[in-house]
Amino acid sequence: MTNGLSNLNIALDLLEFGIFFVILTLLVKPLGKYMSKVYTGKRIFLSPLISPVEKWIYRLTGVDADHEMNWKEYAFSMLLFNFIGFIALFLILIFQGLLPLNPEHFNGFSLSLALNTAVSFVTNTNWQAYSGESMASYFTQMAGLAVQNFLSAATGMAILVALMRGISRKNAKAIGNFWVDLTRSTLYILLPLSIIAAVFFLSQGVIQNFDSYKVVDFLQPVVTQSGTVTHQVLPMGPVASQEAIKLLGTNGGGFFGANSAHPYENPNPLTNFIEVLLISLIPASLTYTFGKMVGDTRQGWAIYIVMLSILLIFLGIQYYSQIRGDPLITNMGVSGPYMEGMEARFGVGGSVLFSTITTGTSEGAVNTSMDSLTPIGGMSSMVLILLSEVAFGGVGSGLYTMLAFVIIAVFIAGLMIGRTPEYMGKKIEVKEMWMAIITALTSGIVILIFTSIALITKNGTSAILNPGAHGLSEILYAFASTANNNGSAFAGLNANTLFYNLATGFAMLIGRYIPAIATLVMAGSLAGKKYTPPNVGTLPTHKPAFMVWLFAVIIIVGALTFFAALSMGPVVENLIMWGGI
Amino acid sequence: MLKPLKVSVLIFVMFFVIVGFLYPLLITVIGNVFSPWQANGSIIHKGTEPIGSKLIGQPFSNPGLFWSRPSSTAGFPYNALYSGGSNLGPTNKVLINRVENRIKILRNSGITGSIPSELVLGSGSGLDPDINLESALVQIPRISKVTNIPQNILRNLIFDHLNNRTFGFMGARVINVLELNLALMNLEKAYGR
Repeated sequence: MTNGLSNLNIALDLLEFGIFFVILTLLVKPLGKYMSKVYTGKRIFLSPLISPVEKWIYRLTGVDADHEMNWKEYAFSMLLFNFIGFIALFLILIFQGLLPLNPEHFNGFSLSLALNTAVSFVTNTNWQAYSGESMASYFTQMAGLAVQNFLSAATGMAILVALMRGISRKNAKAIGNFWVDLTRSTLYILLPLSIIAAVFFLSQGVIQNFDSYKVVDFLQPVVTQSGTVTHQVLPMGPVASQEAIKLLGTNGGGFFGANSAHPYENPNPLTNFIEVLLISLIPASLTYTFGKMVGDTRQGWAIYIVMLSILLIFLGIQYYSQIRGDPLITNMGVSGPYMEGMEARFGVGGSVLFSTITTGTSEGAVNTSMDSLTPIGGMSSMVLILLSEVAFGGVGSGLYTMLAFVIIAVFIAGLMIGRTPEYMGKKIEVKEMWMAIITALTSGIVILIFTSIALITKNGTSAILNPGAHGLSEILYAFASTANNNGSAFAGLNANTLFYNLATGFAMLIGRYIPAIATLVMAGSLAGKKYTPPNVGTLPTHKPAFMVWLFAVIIIVGALTFFAALSMGPVVENLIMWGGI
Repeated sequence: MLKPLKVSVLIFVMFFVIVGFLYPLLITVIGNVFSPWQANGSIIHKGTEPIGSKLIGQPFSNPGLFWSRPSSTAGFPYNALYSGGSNLGPTNKVLINRVENRIKILRNSGITGSIPSELVLGSGSGLDPDINLESALVQIPRISKVTNIPQNILRNLIFDHLNNRTFGFMGARVINVLELNLALMNLEKAYGR
């Protein structure tokens, strides 16, 4: 009996991985450079086209683009703007039934589901306790959810840029203008890239229309227990435009329930490859933007390399686990790769590549049923989320979380070797350490507390689909995903209940805004410091020794926080699976 | 307090219009000008009658046709209103039982060797339009017996419809089952059924 994939297929999958990372790495510098120009207000080739629109927006809204904000004003503007977005989306969801572009006449969302969904999209999580094709109108998708896909991504980028300014400025109070950063992120980066991506998707078969759902006859009627079914109803909608920003903004909320496994969202192996590329493009390139903005691109590359290493390790673990498959199935005389939850056209390679990148970033789109991955395969994705999504993380949020780990690493190293902890010429003191710790640990604390509550209450455990150790994984994954604003799910868990809508809603809010505010506090504090030129006592943060150290700190913090929980979930399930039930 | 609130609301309204309406409308126009067939669902017609989408799978149980992968969508298999996988974990007894039943059906249909995994394991979307080469080849004896089409003709038909990995390395080698079956039905006509 042949088991798993042939050697040729494994070699081709590895080739797909290799080519992917080469292309991504080649794109980091050009896009990173472009973004640094956008954020420093330099002229770029799109300026003649976009600059008039930008100025027009400022004039109409009364934004003074030259006014610079301190961290408090920046944070206040960010929170206020997000709150307005939340209210608007919440109302759209509640009153969906009364709004236009609703050919299937869907009713409004329930209050708890609307609350959960609005929080989810405003926080860049895109956790979905609803199913798009059977619950959301075109208006909701396009003018409600997709708007937040742009704006939540732009918010994350703005916060990161403020931190970059904090690091690079000296004796300053101001860290930029939130409205300008938000507007520029959207107009110069997210929108042009989305248009290119959407047009490409269109050419490949991703749909884009406002028709009502299409009824087509089955070639052969199916007989079910409840009668014969002769036709299929194909959902329609403006998918391509939403697909593009869903990926570029590391949002991840699918137009359809099956997300990027759905052929109308992700029709072929090429679109799959491009989708993964779009997910990682901005977060990866921001490392170069960072280097450029702090005046030392080596610092950006050092962080990129650490991120890439983390990603490659877990890609390897997940791939290995998936090609080993499920012995319970192969023992029944089944040959070939373990394909439960995977699309034939993507194969194991295309599925694993997507599943790894979507969890290393805060994307959360899926082209595979995460719940059906092998125990260690699923754990690999879960660990990437639990490490606070720093490889490459969400647009903006990934790098600012990573920079918190950098500060922690610098501080611990400073203690160990007896040097004053400094990063980029700025002294790391008590305030910076507190903010870094808050940024790095908030999600972990939220995950463990909420998972524990869910595990000891009937409301929590009754939603489990898969029994035993796997059930624990479902709950742990739900809170890991929401607290880190990922949005993917072990989707067997029935998450549309009052308990889970509220609990995951809180997890998303805390996981997004506590680190975001801490980052802005740190930005303000660093901006005000004086610059200390490097001397013999300075720890170089762009050399391999520091990269290894940073890598170790991230892994150790993650392992100390989650080792116990992971042991009881996926590890136990793996032992059961290979030991026989 | 009032100034920032006003700015927040106005900026939101601006982007609500730009990215919520202008952007999707632009994409819709481009789609309907340059790739209208794709933008509207890649619908395959037989004569004037729409008989499915090239991209969305359909269930087949007729012994004279190629069978698709199992699907666990709500209501009936390949129900496009409820896309999604089974979400069953690898050690779940429910999954094991389902696979056992599917194996039984395939064994009854005459497969004696090992069973290709895609014929007993469902996809993530529940709407997978494809199967891999092994899953198609193993169905040849059954279809040949029912339709009297010689095995080598069926084999050629499968290879004619085989899509290699994109650029030789992306994804997997697969066959679109709906297109394969449409071609098979034309063949059946030629063989007088």
